[in-house]
Amino acid sequence: MARRIKSISNPALSLNILDQADVDRIHNATLEIIEKVGVRFPSQKALDIWESHGAQVDRGQSIVKASGELIEEALKHAPPVYTLAARQESQDLPLDGNHVYVGTDGCGVEVLDLQTGGRRRSNLQDVIDIVRIADFLEQISFHWVAVSAQDCPPETRGLYELCAIWENSTKHAQTESIYSVKEARAAVEMAKAIAGGKDELRKRPVLSIMQCTTPPLGQDGGSLEAALIAAEAGLPVGFMTMAACLTTGPATMAGTLAVGNAEVISAIALIQMAFPGAPVFYAAAQTASDLHTGAYTGGGPEDFLFGAATNLLSDFYNLPLSMGSFATGAKQPDWQAGIENSLSTFMASLVMSDMLLGVGLLHGSRIWSYEQMLMDCEIFNIIHKMMGGISVNTETLALEAIEAVGPGGNFLAQKHTRHHMRDLFLPQFMDRRPYNEWEAKRDGAQDWARAKAREILETHQPDPLDPKLSAELKKIIASVEQE
Amino acid sequence: MHNELFQSMAQSIIDGDSEESAELARQAIAQGIDPLEAINKGFVVGVNHVGDEFSCGIAFLPELVMAGEAMKTAINVLEPEMTRRGTKRQVFGKVVIATVEGDIHDIGKTLVGTMLSASGFQVVDLGVSVPIGTIVGKAREIDADIVAVSALLTTTMVRQRDVVEALDDMGLRPKVKVMVGGAPVTRQWVEEIGADGYSEDAIGAVNIAKQLVAV
Repeated sequence: MARRIKSISNPALSLNILDQADVDRIHNATLEIIEKVGVRFPSQKALDIWESHGAQVDRGQSIVKASGELIEEALKHAPPVYTLAARQESQDLPLDGNHVYVGTDGCGVEVLDLQTGGRRRSNLQDVIDIVRIADFLEQISFHWVAVSAQDCPPETRGLYELCAIWENSTKHAQTESIYSVKEARAAVEMAKAIAGGKDELRKRPVLSIMQCTTPPLGQDGGSLEAALIAAEAGLPVGFMTMAACLTTGPATMAGTLAVGNAEVISAIALIQMAFPGAPVFYAAAQTASDLHTGAYTGGGPEDFLFGAATNLLSDFYNLPLSMGSFATGAKQPDWQAGIENSLSTFMASLVMSDMLLGVGLLHGSRIWSYEQMLMDCEIFNIIHKMMGGISVNTETLALEAIEAVGPGGNFLAQKHTRHHMRDLFLPQFMDRRPYNEWEAKRDGAQDWARAKAREILETHQPDPLDPKLSAELKKIIASVEQE
Repeated sequence: MHNELFQSMAQSIIDGDSEESAELARQAIAQGIDPLEAINKGFVVGVNHVGDEFSCGIAFLPELVMAGEAMKTAINVLEPEMTRRGTKRQVFGKVVIATVEGDIHDIGKTLVGTMLSASGFQVVDLGVSVPIGTIVGKAREIDADIVAVSALLTTTMVRQRDVVEALDDMGLRPKVKVMVGGAPVTRQWVEEIGADGYSEDAIGAVNIAKQLVAV
């Protein structure tokens, strides 16, 4: 059955990472970049839209230079608040600035097999298994396509992945794996089937679409056109920059924020010019490249700072944010994974980023680990608890209990304790056993997480999708394949 | 004889200063120095120095890239003089590099190209989203030793297999070696499509390329 969803709301903690003057400077620098340097939009359709709105368009280079006024005017049309709908209404996700939701990461290419522990290429069954477990876990509010269904045809792969989500979960689907016109059209048709029609889909978007920009200062043509199709149908559309200090961004963090910001707000401005009022979101996963190899790192203090700073930018534009957190660069669910995923998620949560991506992938979002997925959920539990802060009132000051116990003694048998003991955090994957017990078994978090994942997979029954709808989705995919 | 000039040449590479290296190359030509001597006694010394420091972890990737760019600039200046004299720089091999059709991811591919070129390969970079026919056509045209193809998406990665097959069909393999790269590429994939090598980063790619041409 459909489970409840655990999100962070009414935070007791906060963080001041940039002041208003800093945000203004980044914004002004961004407008200067878009106006003077320009952003590449390699799509005729996109260039036509820019041109008809008065931007300066270089058709040969596909570079758009737009004035600050044009960008600011377009962004004004973006709705600040809307809801990501789920198949099951109780699992809807209002993006109202007072919720932090977690999704699964994407899109990995390999899986650490749940049975053998071996690493192998990902396939459709993996997508299904991950979705079923994510459907169970209350910490996971929505799905990304966690791994690539590499046993499906490349031209329709994104559709099989989407179908797998809807057939195995009632939660909201956000796909990052659809970036062609053909697939986007079909995905809209599939979403219409799930929502129950064109108008229903507009009211209850059961699908949202995330596209990556191509830093520095570029967009992908297929992604832009797919996004325009989705936006036309009323599906929320986001653009994610993964600008990385040193390689695809300047070595400095402020410069990389500005470059990424230029990519994201120019793409969102395009959507607003084409379809004013269409739901859109800001998405980002900036990082710093490794100094030795230039490789994507997926962790480190720069990531954590970006995670906290970006929500100030999206708030400035009144847009919901989908922020890259978790997604460690570690090769295994180890200490590096624990540090990176805890700090990135804590920092992004402190500023109330609306969506966090995401749990379960290792090695810079390449290798899926069920153990990591479960442990990431525990990290979120810890942060969820911390974000509640410390409540100080007559009841929590517990003066009566303190008086009853007096100096010495203990609080174990107090009624007050009975009332409040369940407020305390109870870990699933932390070892608090006596030493000799551990010594006898030598097991730990990974073993327990693996066992839990297996148990969920064996026992959890997601609310099934109506077989008629299922057949309808398959028909849509088949019709694309016959084109 | 020209020791001071050679030292400045090496230093210009170490500093990653393309303007300076070009200027020194022009000076060498004006002074009648053999371009090959300028390269081997001057610029290459700087490249090797940066390479050594990089291997020890003292120098970082941007310094390596800047050294590579300064080297390329100097050689471009010297090229016409080499042609005039009928001499040729010894290269380890000829490489055609591209990102496959449908994929516009550039940075990894460009970085590998720069590193290969700085390490003594002749590199033809065809850019991004390049049709397979163009890649293999260029390989035949320049008698390439290595074809290197990049892809960042699982949906475009499949075209790396097409490149291998196209070269097979043209009868160019095993003479022409195929290197593949990109985030989704794994050892398993390389074996499955019958490519000759892959690396997860640009420095590793240079080592693989050297192995493939048996340097």
